[in-house]
Amino acid sequence: MTKLNTLTAHELKDYLQTKQVSIKDILRDCWMRIQTVEDKIKAFVTLDRGRAEREAEQAEEFRRCAGEEGVFSPVCGIPMALKDNICTRGMLTTCSSRILANFVPPYNATVTDRLSRAGAVLLGKANLDEFAMGSSTENSGFFTSRNPWDVNRVPGGSSGGSAAAVAADEVIFALGSDTGGSIRLPAAFCGVVGLKPTYGRVSRYGLIAYASSLDQIGPLTKDVTDCALVMNIIAGHDPRDATSANLPVPDYTSFLRPEVKGLRVGIPREYFGEGLDAGVKETVLKAIGELEKLGARCEETSLPHTEYALPTYYLIATAEASSNLARYDGVRYGHRSESASDVVTMFQCSRAEGFGPEVKRRIMLGTYALSSGYYDAYYLKALKTRALIKQDFDRVFEQFDVLACPTAPTVAFPLGAKEDPLSMYMTDVCTIPVNLAGLPGISVPCGFVDGLPVGLQLIGRPFEEGVLLQVAYAYEQSTPWHKMKPSLE
Amino acid sequence: MNISKEQVEYVARLARLELTEEEKEKYTQQLNSILGYVRMLEKLDTSAVEPLAHVLPLQNVFRPDETGECLTPDEVLDNAPERLGDFFKVPKIV
Repeated sequence: MTKLNTLTAHELKDYLQTKQVSIKDILRDCWMRIQTVEDKIKAFVTLDRGRAEREAEQAEEFRRCAGEEGVFSPVCGIPMALKDNICTRGMLTTCSSRILANFVPPYNATVTDRLSRAGAVLLGKANLDEFAMGSSTENSGFFTSRNPWDVNRVPGGSSGGSAAAVAADEVIFALGSDTGGSIRLPAAFCGVVGLKPTYGRVSRYGLIAYASSLDQIGPLTKDVTDCALVMNIIAGHDPRDATSANLPVPDYTSFLRPEVKGLRVGIPREYFGEGLDAGVKETVLKAIGELEKLGARCEETSLPHTEYALPTYYLIATAEASSNLARYDGVRYGHRSESASDVVTMFQCSRAEGFGPEVKRRIMLGTYALSSGYYDAYYLKALKTRALIKQDFDRVFEQFDVLACPTAPTVAFPLGAKEDPLSMYMTDVCTIPVNLAGLPGISVPCGFVDGLPVGLQLIGRPFEEGVLLQVAYAYEQSTPWHKMKPSLE
Repeated sequence: MNISKEQVEYVARLARLELTEEEKEKYTQQLNSILGYVRMLEKLDTSAVEPLAHVLPLQNVFRPDETGECLTPDEVLDNAPERLGDFFKVPKIV
């Protein structure tokens, strides 16, 4: 019999509706899988079987109340993981940082509440680079997660635990967060679908802040249909997040039709230049060829300020981080140093002991960029460059409906391969411009290089996630990649 | 325009981070390398460009000034490293 953990949410919904299986059966198969592979994958910071079983019972209750012909949410009873920077009431939320190692939130993030009300079953909290700062999970304060396609390689980051858990069939879907590529990059490295919605599309209430003008929550799923289903639940205005957009949310499943005829697809040439691995380039170009075969009109275009996106990002994100992370002072929650005699020493030592090297590096860089005498040269300069980067996109979107390019310049790299901070930062070169401009971006599996997955990135206009899903769905339905599974034996 | 070890110490004080000698050396070298890279922005003429802090066309967002649900003192204090009654306890300040 098919192992239920290997299926998607929309497939499981059919199984549940025809009463072939129960919600408990699905949970059991996911737990068995976790017991078999989690030692190798290390996707989870926290697993809570008792809580998952209670939520599964509650989901059964939802279904019973809905009745014979009743309508229940497509994620009702579906096991999932949340990135460990998304608050869960009564369950550890650590940001994979020693400074929050014991933090149990007294409230739920809005996405946690929405999924819980829809009946999704939370299995655990997924590992990340500490405070979402990184591209490999190697900056986790606890341990590094592994890529299910090759456990000697990184899963990507920072939502590496979420992507690895989905790719390894430990859960059916997961949520991540994306500040400079942290959903799309691990999705590409692990061969799953990852969507970063438009800035403001999904509430960030209860998402522990890294860089507030860039952070956005989104789904990691096994296929495009599940991505649309999860978006239907998490998207929408939230009075508790003042930056969430008060705009109507379409039914994202209405875009799941394999039609791209006449759609104008732009190919930004700057994303295919130096530093792009030859195998990845060939694979992505082939995927674009497939879109053409399906009737899309693909044409080269240019985003001339692309090369400035990375330095711009590392000034803006670190400046915002230095301010956001000032709250970790050992007073109200989190780690407090034992060696504190006066209050300033307590702040300094608590932070020194609680934060890892990359977090300290970014706080230092951001503090410097904001400090008196350097503000104009660094921070303000970056904000102006950000305007130019956004204008590039505004201009090409007058001509094109969607842009297609690689998600990452390489496939997943071996653990420990990028010791130098700058070389690690380069991993995000294709994803960062999208965050600076606040646009939606999706990564879909588009093939393999040396047995490792490659991601095709599609970028859209603000609040046009639907168009991205439509193109991604058309591509997915005409290719076999989303059906491929890592062997993990 | 290089960052010196003294500047690193100053920035660490601003950021309330206690650094070891080894960290000071390492961060001086790494921040110089990162700043050297980000200075490529100097190539761009941005004299006529308005800075963009935020991509949404939002100004101030207000809500009615009404009391909503709130957490109990115990819920708030449960994560405190140290508490005294309904207060967060900290080392001597003055």
